[in-house]
Amino acid sequence: MALLRDKTPDWVPDRARVRTALFVAVLALLLFDVLRRLLGESLAPSLLTGYLWNGLVFGLVIGLAGVGLSLTYDLLGFANFAHGDYISVSAFVGWGSTYLVAGFGDFDPLNLLFLGVGDTVFPRDVGVSVTNTPVAVLVGLVIAAVGGAAVALLFDRFVYRSMRKSGAIALLIASVGVAFTLRFMLVFLFTQDTFGLTVSAWAYELSLPGGTVNVSAPELLLVTVAVVSMVSVHLLLTRTKLGKAMRAMSANRDLARVTGIPSERVVTATWLVGGALAGLAGFMIALFQGTINYQLGWTLLLLVFAGVIMGGIGSVYGAIAGGVLIGLVTRVSQVWIPASFAEAVGFAVMIAVLLTRPSGIFGGDSL
Amino acid sequence: MSSTSEADATDADAAETVDAAGDAAGTDPILTVDGVRKTFGGVTALDGVSFEVEPETLTGLIGPNGAGKSTTFNVISGAIEPDAGKVTFDGQDITGWAPYETSSRGLVRTFQIAREFETMTVLENMMLPPKGQRGEVAWRSILPGVRGGVQADEEELFERAWEMLEFFDIDHLALEEAGTLSGGQRKLLELARALMLDPEMLLLDEPFAGVNPSLEQDLLDRIEDLRDRGRTFLLVEHDMDLIMEHCERVIVMHQGQTLVTGSPEEVRSEEQVIEAYLGGEVA
Amino acid sequence: MSGATDPIASRLPDPLAGYWERDIVKIFGTLGVVYALYLFVGFLLGYDLFGQLNSLRRLTFLVVVYGIAALVVNLHWGYSGLFNIGVVGFMAIGVYTATILSRPVAGQNPTGSLPGFGVPLALAVVAGILAAAAAGYVAALPSLRLRDDYFAIVTLAFAEIVRITFKSSELQEVTVFGWTFGTGGGRGIRTFSNPVRDFFETTGQPLVAAVESLGLDGQVVTDWAFVFVLLAILVGTYWLIARLSASPFGRVLKGIRDDEEATQSLAKRTSSFKIRAFVIGCAILGLLGIVWQGASSGYITPGRFLPELTFFIWIAVIIGGAGSNTGTVVGTILFVGLVLEGPAQVRRVVDEFVGLSGTAPTFPDALGALGGGNVDPILLYVFDQTSALRVVLTGLVLIWLLKRRPQGLLGDRREVASSIDLEERVEKRRQSGSEATPQGGDAD
Repeated sequence: MALLRDKTPDWVPDRARVRTALFVAVLALLLFDVLRRLLGESLAPSLLTGYLWNGLVFGLVIGLAGVGLSLTYDLLGFANFAHGDYISVSAFVGWGSTYLVAGFGDFDPLNLLFLGVGDTVFPRDVGVSVTNTPVAVLVGLVIAAVGGAAVALLFDRFVYRSMRKSGAIALLIASVGVAFTLRFMLVFLFTQDTFGLTVSAWAYELSLPGGTVNVSAPELLLVTVAVVSMVSVHLLLTRTKLGKAMRAMSANRDLARVTGIPSERVVTATWLVGGALAGLAGFMIALFQGTINYQLGWTLLLLVFAGVIMGGIGSVYGAIAGGVLIGLVTRVSQVWIPASFAEAVGFAVMIAVLLTRPSGIFGGDSL
Repeated sequence: MSSTSEADATDADAAETVDAAGDAAGTDPILTVDGVRKTFGGVTALDGVSFEVEPETLTGLIGPNGAGKSTTFNVISGAIEPDAGKVTFDGQDITGWAPYETSSRGLVRTFQIAREFETMTVLENMMLPPKGQRGEVAWRSILPGVRGGVQADEEELFERAWEMLEFFDIDHLALEEAGTLSGGQRKLLELARALMLDPEMLLLDEPFAGVNPSLEQDLLDRIEDLRDRGRTFLLVEHDMDLIMEHCERVIVMHQGQTLVTGSPEEVRSEEQVIEAYLGGEVA
Repeated sequence: MSGATDPIASRLPDPLAGYWERDIVKIFGTLGVVYALYLFVGFLLGYDLFGQLNSLRRLTFLVVVYGIAALVVNLHWGYSGLFNIGVVGFMAIGVYTATILSRPVAGQNPTGSLPGFGVPLALAVVAGILAAAAAGYVAALPSLRLRDDYFAIVTLAFAEIVRITFKSSELQEVTVFGWTFGTGGGRGIRTFSNPVRDFFETTGQPLVAAVESLGLDGQVVTDWAFVFVLLAILVGTYWLIARLSASPFGRVLKGIRDDEEATQSLAKRTSSFKIRAFVIGCAILGLLGIVWQGASSGYITPGRFLPELTFFIWIAVIIGGAGSNTGTVVGTILFVGLVLEGPAQVRRVVDEFVGLSGTAPTFPDALGALGGGNVDPILLYVFDQTSALRVVLTGLVLIWLLKRRPQGLLGDRREVASSIDLEERVEKRRQSGSEATPQGGDAD
């Protein structure tokens, strides 16, 4: 009769288990090495703490940026390569507003709006920082969010909407077109210069063996904004009707359409939310760096993709977690690898994840 | 390997098999499926499928929708790996082999919805499958001297392809883009293309679906002709009359298990049981 | 027959449309039209013979280098379905490898410049090509089963890792086992002297002198000779890829592109085909990097291998229609002639005929002036920004193409994948009935 026999003997582990074991082993090894260096004093606790804090902050920004990318990737089925440039555009719009508010009356408004392109206005003249000009910064933050939402919606209306049925690759390529159009419109308006933005703000100096770790006001603002945003998005998704519709559509688009969920409304909401978060991320990355240029978002994009993929496409929490993970990786890896390779490490980790577990660590099926 | 009346009523997993009478003495089955199981997520698609296919026969695989017929094909051809069980082809264990391996070995399947290469002409579709084409080695197709050999191969291939197209009466479509063909023509191309691999056995997934009756008869004639010339066919079909009239053996599946196997007469007499069991016509 | 919805063919009057059928005509016809345009612009700008020759030479150079890259992208994407947006990475690997190997050994290098391994140029070039091919293998092998967009992301990440590596200050100059070499970091590195130029400075000198005696600048000879060498490489690439596509190998690639699973179920090991196509393409990219950035400009920096370049190459393919080699070349000609260099040409003409006074201001200044009724500054500004605007234009063209005509100009064209002329065979069959045997194939 039927012989029920497994294909491989029980004691041979399957590939997934081997991979996980390998991964855990490598992680343990690295952890062990960090401890060893800490104890052996070749790694100062202050430096490590600095990496961890820096990585967390940077990672939160990446995560915020990733939420929008993850949502649209899942809902509309394509990788929006223009997302990075949504970040850049919102950052410029937001910071222009900040400068306008901060320097109002003292300088030509157009020059302020354009961040002093052509060396007309300098950061030290306007003196923007979180602690000096909190109102200007907050105004810029809000405007950046609005700007991001607007840009995202605009391009959906004009480019992606007519291509809903076009297939993932066509949309991807179209988004590359959008990306370059936006990026070089920024170049047209602002040239390829890098603009200084802030003067130093208040920072708390944490004294640790080996040195000090700066916990600066911008970083604290960043963390606050990130947490508030995450909570808001969480509430949106779980408590509101729109949020539930978004989750339903993410789980099963066709079913959702059949059961009468207004899909275009959900699409619009997704772009608005994702774009707003991208705007916040853009504004804050510029704040964090203290500088801005036309490549701001683009240089971030691959890392944002990395975070989204690690976290699992379609998962909001995964995007944040993945972003934080990438942020930490790019910083903590500097224990072993020179700083100029930090990003490359992030990319390498992403490639590794793509090749081994493309569904991500949180394998998102739905939000 | 004809197992007779070992219906083990106590073994819940065992399938009840009624064996074909008149089995040729000593002929080994060309295909054996043995206790195959497959679960997708929480759904058990195949729950101990076992049957044999005798060489040079037209064997039918029938069952209601969801019985697991296409999944079985996928496991046999290698598109899916089974969770348990064994598939043997021509004496070789092919369990878990990749599709290109099984088709290379002589076991070729067609698809329920014809998967012709849409942007390629019918002729290109036909000339793609055959094995051992020297031109599939990149440099051989490029270098001036060596290329002559490739071209000679192509000429032979063209002849074979043309003959096959004529056999199926679609030679007039030779240069048409496969994507422009009608449904029935695609089915013919699908079969013709599969035959270019010179397979010992073919798994045909609903080869007559959407084909008009006269074409269906035509196709059947050709299939029987090919069978007479030594090939084996396992077909999934919903047309019960066709199966009963033309197949030497029939395998009935239900809910991921083999229910009954035997000659059409045997299965038909069991059919009363099936009809009662299922409360209606099978298919 | 090919289901052609060729927009140009449908607009041509009948006798011309017949000529257009042939590939050669398509390519040279398009080139001719663009050349004519440029000659006309040159005439408007009052170029002398040397000026016109230079203008055409520059145009041809760009068409050739972009054309080679586009043909590779077409092989990868149009034929094998491999979405490679890390194109520049492979070019960089090719040229950096050749450069590092060929630079004079420490001690023999001119002071202040980076030493290398002192390998003869020819060998270094071969090594560069092999390095690019190997990189292609490493990048593609694990990624083959990824779906298209993930594969694209991996190739992009790969190219960025390459660029970061070449830019890092740590690798700027290193000494390993007594050998000193380096990448030059962010500042870049001088490559090697252009063999064509070298030739004309020595053996070929008489030809240059002869030309100069006619009153022309001798540079014309060297420069055009280099372009012809590149053109030969383009022709060679086209020949190689055309042969590859019209063959059993190419047939399987098309099958993979159309339906990989079905191809696998027809006894083809698709991963093997994909990787071979990918590696061949990357090898060509390595060579391209060597002759384009390496020989032509003589200096390479990581900044020359930005994603923008990949973007331009891709759009050339998309304009012409992915899947068609001829279409790719036509698309490149149109892209380079009209989109890439077009804005600069327009600006030159406008500069010539519309006298604009003043220096280019900043954008806010120009806006302010516009508010005050002065149009000149904004125009000045716009013309000053042609390099940025041409990218904006490229982006808009891409978006439009994807929305309206994703198959490009000639993408509907089907290039039959066989080493023999199938259409001819079928014709003969039909004419003489099934008894006749076809004539022999093309002898080589």
